Amino acid sequence: MAEFSLPANSRVNKDGRVFKAAANARNSRVFKIYRFDPDDTANPRLDSYEIDMDDCGPMVLDALIKIKNEIDPTLTFRRSCREGICGSCAMNIDGRNGLACVSACADVKGAVKIYPLPHMPVIKDLVPDLTHFYAQYASVKPWLQTRTPAPLAGERLQSKDDQAKVDGPSTCILCACCSTSCPSYWWNSERYLGPAALLAAYRWIVDSRDDATGERLDYLEDPFRLYRCHTIMNCTEACPKDLNPAKAIGQIKQMLAERQH
Amino acid sequence: MTAPRPLSPHLQIYRWQMSNTLSVLHRLTGIVLSLGSLVLCYWLVSIAEGPRAYSSAWRLLASPAGILALIGWTTAFFYHLLNGVRHLFWDLGRGFEATQRRASGWLVVGGSICLTFCLWAMIWHFKAV
Repeated sequence: MAEFSLPANSRVNKDGRVFKAAANARNSRVFKIYRFDPDDTANPRLDSYEIDMDDCGPMVLDALIKIKNEIDPTLTFRRSCREGICGSCAMNIDGRNGLACVSACADVKGAVKIYPLPHMPVIKDLVPDLTHFYAQYASVKPWLQTRTPAPLAGERLQSKDDQAKVDGPSTCILCACCSTSCPSYWWNSERYLGPAALLAAYRWIVDSRDDATGERLDYLEDPFRLYRCHTIMNCTEACPKDLNPAKAIGQIKQMLAERQH
Repeated sequence: MTAPRPLSPHLQIYRWQMSNTLSVLHRLTGIVLSLGSLVLCYWLVSIAEGPRAYSSAWRLLASPAGILALIGWTTAFFYHLLNGVRHLFWDLGRGFEATQRRASGWLVVGGSICLTFCLWAMIWHFKAV
């Protein structure tokens, strides 16, 4: 059931610590960052860090790394590739989900507000617990299922047109930007699979080499797993890889409707 | 034992974009329409009750506040209708691309304002109020 407000232990204290820029900074910018320390009983808070942009890289991740290196080593976040391919630094920047490494500070007006991915249990600071999200991904069996014996020589082949159908969805990096931008997923994540897992399911449903299309559709034909999608489209707006989970979900719904006849 | 993990902020911080704004409006107008259908029932019952009940219903609905509420109700009607058609196209697998979503969104907003204006211009023209 939809709970619009945050539980008592999750309300954010807006007056966190304030770190001023050095006196000689000429191009300073404020970053307001969500902080939560699991070793402390206090509620989460919003800390302000003022940094000199003349001495910082252009991306939000550059600013976070600068803060961690130079101002506050306790700031905790995930990052790895810094080029939008690993999906580790997914977070809510200026009210939208995205990857910190490919989001430019210059695209944000005013103070840069950074929160963890929305409506997720927070382990520490900007690090949400993605266990359930990954379990939902695993539940759609994101691997090739076949009943025919493997060809003796070489791989299972498919035409270029069939390959084109999976080219897009298989570039999903599982950053969780889409699922955690979806209000339906916020209210029903325990039963609704969410856009990321459904896009993965779609990727295997349309794969010409896969023989489990029927079972895959059976699994999704459920009022919650699939049909909690109300085509809000936040997922597609949020995807840093420009994929279209909403369209994939729409196509699964169509396949289920066509299967009835 | 550590305390339960806090839930990260969601509605409180997520930016209002066309996607979620129009979706929330669809829900809200749906609620307005169901409340309005009670008013419609009241009006129909007042007709069945006779001239006195009808004239008091008329006074209520033709008062400035009543007309304002009716304008709101008709706007909600046209918005819900047009956005419902937008959803039908999505269910047919069409209109999912970014430019199409923008265009159809603005079409729904503009169309519902336009149709409401036309309806009330027509009512005004025939001096039904």
